[in-house]
Amino acid sequence: MSTALAESRPWKRPPLIRNAWLRWALYLGALVYLLAALNSIEVNWERVSEGLAQGWSFAQGFLAPDFLTRSRDIWRGMAESLTMTVTSTVVGCLISVPIALGAARNIAPLPIYVVCRAIIAASRAFQEVIIAILFVAMFGFGPFAGFLTLSFATIGFMAKLLAEDIEDINEVQAEAIRATGANWWQVINYGIQPQVLPRLIGLSLYRLDINFRESAVIGIVGAGGVGATLNTAMQRYDYSTAGAILIMIIVIVLIAEYASSHLRKWVQ
Amino acid sequence: MLRLESLTKRYRTGDKALNGVSFDVPAGQVVGLIGPSGAGKSTLIRCINRLVEPSGGRVLLNDSDTTHLGRRDLRRARRRMGMIFQEYALVERLTVMENVLSGRLGYVSFWRSYFRRFPQGDIDKAFALLARVGLSDHADKRASALSGGQRQRVGIARALEQDPELLLVDEPTASLDPKTARQIMRLLCEVCRERTLPAIISLHDVLLAKMFVDRIIGLRAGEIVFDGAPSELDAATLTEIYGEEDWTQMHDEADAAEHGTKPHDLEPSREERMAGLA
Repeated sequence: MSTALAESRPWKRPPLIRNAWLRWALYLGALVYLLAALNSIEVNWERVSEGLAQGWSFAQGFLAPDFLTRSRDIWRGMAESLTMTVTSTVVGCLISVPIALGAARNIAPLPIYVVCRAIIAASRAFQEVIIAILFVAMFGFGPFAGFLTLSFATIGFMAKLLAEDIEDINEVQAEAIRATGANWWQVINYGIQPQVLPRLIGLSLYRLDINFRESAVIGIVGAGGVGATLNTAMQRYDYSTAGAILIMIIVIVLIAEYASSHLRKWVQ
Repeated sequence: MLRLESLTKRYRTGDKALNGVSFDVPAGQVVGLIGPSGAGKSTLIRCINRLVEPSGGRVLLNDSDTTHLGRRDLRRARRRMGMIFQEYALVERLTVMENVLSGRLGYVSFWRSYFRRFPQGDIDKAFALLARVGLSDHADKRASALSGGQRQRVGIARALEQDPELLLVDEPTASLDPKTARQIMRLLCEVCRERTLPAIISLHDVLLAKMFVDRIIGLRAGEIVFDGAPSELDAATLTEIYGEEDWTQMHDEADAAEHGTKPHDLEPSREERMAGLA
């Protein structure tokens, strides 16, 4: 204020990459790669036109869903899927909590941390379908293999996200509990659990939702549930039944979506 | 009561936060700890209950050394020292009563605390303390529903619920407006006098320290550069603690601060703040 007016000079936001040559070379390189990649995709237009007809009959089946002809199979598949979903979510979440505690660097000693992170990595390394194929080979066709698959996948998902939430807590609150002379379990129960509980509940509901959708997929490789019913219907070109099943999956996922967002708001 | 003998703390980064700090605190004395940021006030307080491990020296609480205790004995020692924090450090999602009762965690078993089945004596004491700090009607509210001053009162009640022999207080007023800060300091000093409870209070507000405490210790770069009565603290000693500054201005500012209180409880909720985006 005391000095004279500074001379005016223009201002522009500094670019992310300062070197102009490098910046333009990167943009150009990315564009060239994208064009080359698009060019390498081979499309068999004859096959597409054939397939469109099939796709159309599928869409028609979807528009005229048939819930009745195979209603018994559909209901059995749905019940099986829902059972698999609920049991595997509960079991998976229960197992994931202690693993998450061990995988949070701020509360677990290093050796336990390494072991728990390894468990999480193992669970997350494989897609559900691959694990399902393995469990079907081990335990035979049916929902038990599906239940094991979904539980296993739930552990990695829940433990990882919960551990990250534990690492993000407000440490001062836990420190205050520690300062009262509380032991390790009491610090967990009073200093950490209240901070991560809403997230734990939200994640469990989200995983319930995922597990239901996955149960439809792993059924295709023989792990029981509505996926098996869906697969059978597809193989018989029974698109009306398949359409009915898909509609029911959509409705259930929608219900789960609304219910979980309400519940999450409530636990906040 | 409390005696520190050449307490030293060196962090792993090599920074020496405390360098041979020694002093005695007799029963019932309220000590104010002042000094610039990074002088080691917070470290000193945390070394006493070993939230930070001291690297050298001794801490004697009623003649027993706390620096070499095992885990169980350390927990026993911690429950004898109540601690009050800068940002209140209440567990936000727990009720006020749970926060106060958490002061008893060092005394009750895990399962008792897990099911919130505290002995009736603890519960009576918690209600009495809530009445003492003026929050009787708020026992079942969540801590997050309280204003800053109210939260710090809960923090005081939690520390007292421990039946401590010593209070460790880390910047109790740093997040409060001037008026509430004075009320909290007054309350703290009152309860210390009622119970002849010694306390170490770190403060960045020199005036607040001069106004309330019995004795002031000035820290600079981990060493004691002043130790005496508040009345002895003059411009020269302040310069020695904080560095060169015009210290005579302070009194006018303090008067201005007394009037400029901000209303709390009126902050917009998250929904209100985000409403403009929808």
